[in-house]
Amino acid sequence: MKLYFRYFSIHLKSLMQYKASFLLLTVGQFITSFSAFLGIYFLMSRFHTVNGFALHEVLLFFAVTLMAFSLAECFARGFDVFPSMLGNGEFDRILLRPIHPVFQVIASKMEFSRVGRLLQAVLTFALAIGGGEVQWRWDKILLLVLMIFSGAVFFAALFVVGASFSFFSTEGLEVMNIFTDGGREFGRYPLSVYGKEMLRFYTFIVPMALFQYYPMLYILGRSENPWLCAAPLGILVFLLPVSLVWKLGVRHYRSTGS
Amino acid sequence: MIELANISKTFKVAKRTGGFGEAVKSLFRREVTYVHALDGVSFTVGDGEMVGYIGPNGAGKSSTVKVMSGILTPDSGECVIDGLCPWKDRKAHVKNIGVVFGQRSQLWWDVPVIDSFELIRDIYAVPEAVYLRNRNRLAEMLDLGELLKTPARQLSLGQRMRCEIAASLLHDPKILFLDEPTIGLDAVSKIAVRDFIRELNRDRKTTVILTTHDMQDIEALAERILLIGKGRILLDGTLEQLKHRNTGEKKLTVEYTGGTLPTMDGLTLLHRQSGRAELSVDPGILSVSDAIAALSGQVEITDLSVQGMDTEELVVSLYREFRI
Repeated sequence: MKLYFRYFSIHLKSLMQYKASFLLLTVGQFITSFSAFLGIYFLMSRFHTVNGFALHEVLLFFAVTLMAFSLAECFARGFDVFPSMLGNGEFDRILLRPIHPVFQVIASKMEFSRVGRLLQAVLTFALAIGGGEVQWRWDKILLLVLMIFSGAVFFAALFVVGASFSFFSTEGLEVMNIFTDGGREFGRYPLSVYGKEMLRFYTFIVPMALFQYYPMLYILGRSENPWLCAAPLGILVFLLPVSLVWKLGVRHYRSTGS
Repeated sequence: MIELANISKTFKVAKRTGGFGEAVKSLFRREVTYVHALDGVSFTVGDGEMVGYIGPNGAGKSSTVKVMSGILTPDSGECVIDGLCPWKDRKAHVKNIGVVFGQRSQLWWDVPVIDSFELIRDIYAVPEAVYLRNRNRLAEMLDLGELLKTPARQLSLGQRMRCEIAASLLHDPKILFLDEPTIGLDAVSKIAVRDFIRELNRDRKTTVILTTHDMQDIEALAERILLIGKGRILLDGTLEQLKHRNTGEKKLTVEYTGGTLPTMDGLTLLHRQSGRAELSVDPGILSVSDAIAALSGQVEITDLSVQGMDTEELVVSLYREFRI
């Protein structure tokens, strides 16, 4: 952990070299996701409900997804640019150090400009919670934190899967963006909006519904089934195949010529 | 102690020819060729040895270094370095080694070098006292001084290389791998780097394995030379032994007018340029005086000199001998 802060401070120092670019990026990030928020807002002001969910409820789904995604991006950004780390031989250096490669990849890139998106997520939360009639009890607050946390782990895991693919094909697979960025976009609305088939897909194949949908039903009081609170833990099961894919990738690593 | 036995590594390379049509075709059907980067490499290096690892581009030098440093997993073969297998006991192994890639940096680009050093200290968990001692010693030997406070991106190549070498030695490795450490450096920096490596090997008994294309590096540093070509170890011996192999091989430099140069057994043309030619003579087959006689019979000699081979030519003739 101490080492992580070491990396953190070196990134911060690097960042200080380019202050203007940092500020512009942050503002840009904020504006981009703000427009997404406006999209939902205008849609709801016309239709009032989406698939039986009111505006503040939809916002809650949106906020959880956005928060989870931007946390994952802040901390696991290294995996997102992983193909280039393989391409320029940076991964060689990582393998030469006596620390787990996953930690080093995570620590090697930090995106402070994502703070803009994070801020956006916090604002959306404020709106959703302020405008809603949810009875906030401590167990629901705890559940919400767990949802965000497991969501961040989920997106980070997706980044890892994408990174592992790039061991096999030198360029990363665009396909992964359907699940990462695509997941973020889908997650703006309750996943049941897209129909039964999609919900099933997002439960069993890419288990986004486990942190975004099912536990939210409990929070919103649509279901009293306490088992829904345990759904976010299902993400842990998802980590198993992910770590296998990663290990397979590292073994397949062939380095670059120099 | 470094022991390699029968290390082999094959890369699968998609074969492609130029042109758009071919690129589209390769989407559907890929022709794959297999490149034997390493083909049964075996050697042993004792503690405190200094070994020059030479061979033309693509011969497998870097691949061997990557296997020994735990980056690449070979397809087959055994490698034991100080009782550890590099790719299986990677974390324990890399604590014992330092690696410098001449063409890549391990310093963080935008921050002063000293910040990179401190991060490396934490990565390797070097105790503060040991770190300070090593840093001060290295800074003095490599004349780093003010460089430590400069961001890496503002350093010249030579300055950066000195910092790179220092960075890879902060954790007191027993073995140092240098992959083309003098590439692109000016004469002064090259000599500084060489002097430092020699001192390190002599005073601290650090095992040094060095790949290079620079024959002066070899001459200045390597007591022992390993020649690799097409993934195989072709020669293993001291520089003296290698020179001895080609003993007596002489180089004739001739300036001449008119006629064509004679071709005969034992006489090889090394280089020719408008009225000036360099030839090597193998005295086992042809005596030098016979060669000169043959030459003067065919062309009008204006100037002639006879020399022994230097290292550079020795290596070229070795490459030629093994057809690599």
